[in-house]
Amino acid sequence: MSNTVKTLAVAGAVAAALTAHATTPAAAAGGEKCYGVSLAGANDCAAGPGTTCAGTSTVDYQGNAWKIVDAGTCDTIELPALADGTARVGSLEELDRDLPQG
Amino acid sequence: MQQPLTHSFDHLPAGTGVGYKPQHFQAIMDNPAPVEWLEVHAENYMGQGGRPLAQLRALAERFAFSVHGVGLSIGSESGLDHDHLDRLKILCDWLKPAQFSEHLAWSTHDSHFLNDLLPLPYTNETLTRVADHVNQVQNHVGRRMLLENPSSYLAFAESTWEEFDFMAEISKRTGCGLLLDVNNVFVSATNLNYDPRAYIDAFPLDKVGEIHLGGHDEDEDSDGAPLLIDSHGREVVDPVWALYDYTIAKTGPLPTLIEWDTDVPDWPVLADEARRADAILNRKSQAAAE
Amino acid sequence: MNDTVTQPQFTQAILSPTMDVPAGLRDAKGDPAGKRFSVYRNNVAVSLTEALITAFPVVVKLLGEDNFRILAGQFLRAHPPTSPLMMHYGDALPDFLQTFEPTQQYGYLPDVARLELAIRESYHAADTDPISPEALQALPPEALMAAKLELAPSVRLISSQWPLFQLWQFNMTGGPKPEMRAEDVLITRPAFDPQPVALPCCGGLFVQALLSGRTFGEALSAASTHNPEFDLSQSLAALLAGNAISRITEG
Repeated sequence: MSNTVKTLAVAGAVAAALTAHATTPAAAAGGEKCYGVSLAGANDCAAGPGTTCAGTSTVDYQGNAWKIVDAGTCDTIELPALADGTARVGSLEELDRDLPQG
Repeated sequence: MQQPLTHSFDHLPAGTGVGYKPQHFQAIMDNPAPVEWLEVHAENYMGQGGRPLAQLRALAERFAFSVHGVGLSIGSESGLDHDHLDRLKILCDWLKPAQFSEHLAWSTHDSHFLNDLLPLPYTNETLTRVADHVNQVQNHVGRRMLLENPSSYLAFAESTWEEFDFMAEISKRTGCGLLLDVNNVFVSATNLNYDPRAYIDAFPLDKVGEIHLGGHDEDEDSDGAPLLIDSHGREVVDPVWALYDYTIAKTGPLPTLIEWDTDVPDWPVLADEARRADAILNRKSQAAAE
Repeated sequence: MNDTVTQPQFTQAILSPTMDVPAGLRDAKGDPAGKRFSVYRNNVAVSLTEALITAFPVVVKLLGEDNFRILAGQFLRAHPPTSPLMMHYGDALPDFLQTFEPTQQYGYLPDVARLELAIRESYHAADTDPISPEALQALPPEALMAAKLELAPSVRLISSQWPLFQLWQFNMTGGPKPEMRAEDVLITRPAFDPQPVALPCCGGLFVQALLSGRTFGEALSAASTHNPEFDLSQSLAALLAGNAISRITEG
């Protein structure tokens, strides 16, 4: 692609991007105020005191059993392995033997 | 770098405040009564921008602020974190809060921050270190600070000072003010088996610039002895209200904060707690006027 | 007997649940503190676990909350925070997920954690005013090619070999089941809430080049060398919609 052609293509792409932007709903373009809490996962991680949960016996200090019943969405996602084998389709069910015991 | 705010709040009113939570922003803007001032945990506002600072900017036009540090680790054996001191100064220079406070506690060792207020033995050595650190903070941030009494779950065999004398001495050596957490007094007195009113009687009340009230949880230790935990997750209990009333009768009205940090309720519940504190404060201010 | 309790001892005992409570700590009767010390162990473990649950909602959904709590219990002891700013806690989680045996087989988890860290960084990043989109058009194409576009401090880019945006959407907004492909995720902050979007190939190269201070023309070359069909308008539209361009410096 020659420089002239490329430059022309750029002008077209900029124009297209602006058109797309002009039709974006206002909220996504910055109409929101500072009111309300952040989207899911509230990023205001609290610091400091007051984080104590009731009682001293309610928390096991070192988890020692991977909970099969509470398998998350990992189990429903089937993605093939990468070439280097970093992923296999697996099930959390296989994992309870893997965790060091507290 | 944020532009310094301009507002006219140079002291906390002797009324009630609440620990500010982002989910209450709109409710507070719409109808804050009876709340007159707000407190924030410093560390939650040490980002560079975005919603947290934008909310404070809007609120600071209408409310006096108290900045309450929870991560400075003022009792740290390994010295103060100078980066953190810088962050505190930046926040205070920007927000210009009416008051700044921190805890008689430690939380960082060797750059491990444990995110809890951990206890200190009350010894001469600790006293020298804490006083030195309070001086460093006041010099660096360029303002007088208040130091808060902790909740205790255990005691140190090596302690040679009573907590109230220890705090009085730090105040004397550094000129710092004190923040009296009445719930912490009740929790510590129950856990370590002493009379909370005797503690209040012995406390240097003339140095107190702010009071904290909060809810605690009940548990017991291995021997079945009561063990109260400063959870900030529920209403202030009646005996703590009584102890607060007792304290205010001696001090006169003081800025009083309701702390509610876990299982944070809807605004009306928090406003009701503030109303209860307000009733006690108003009674005392009327009595003072007569 | 030495009753002195140092902070290193205290720290170690907090992070090692099976360790003896330091001698020198007492209950109300002057007996050894015993279970009372657990209050601190509990506070530290619970507060850090809660901070991680708040910070990594997608990883939590992927593993299930109970499993995540177990993982968090191990992580927080291996990697306690190194700063009092809890907003930054968890930056060691992606690498941990890669080596922690039970999660090793989910190759995409580290990138999901990286995306969630990036979203949090974006949330707390400094504010800037965006350029008006017309300013881009006002520039003659030759001048634009030589210009540098400065992106807002809230802009982040995560290039993944995994369908990272689909994984995020599937768990956060009920999107369809992810299908295998590599995805570049652009995070912008139109106002206060960070928005992740998937860039069409090879938008990641384009944005990465802009982020590292290359000219518009160089950034365009970086992308179109890789993909002659590179769709510039979509990547530009994503940046404009995200109020992500904060300055144009002419070359």
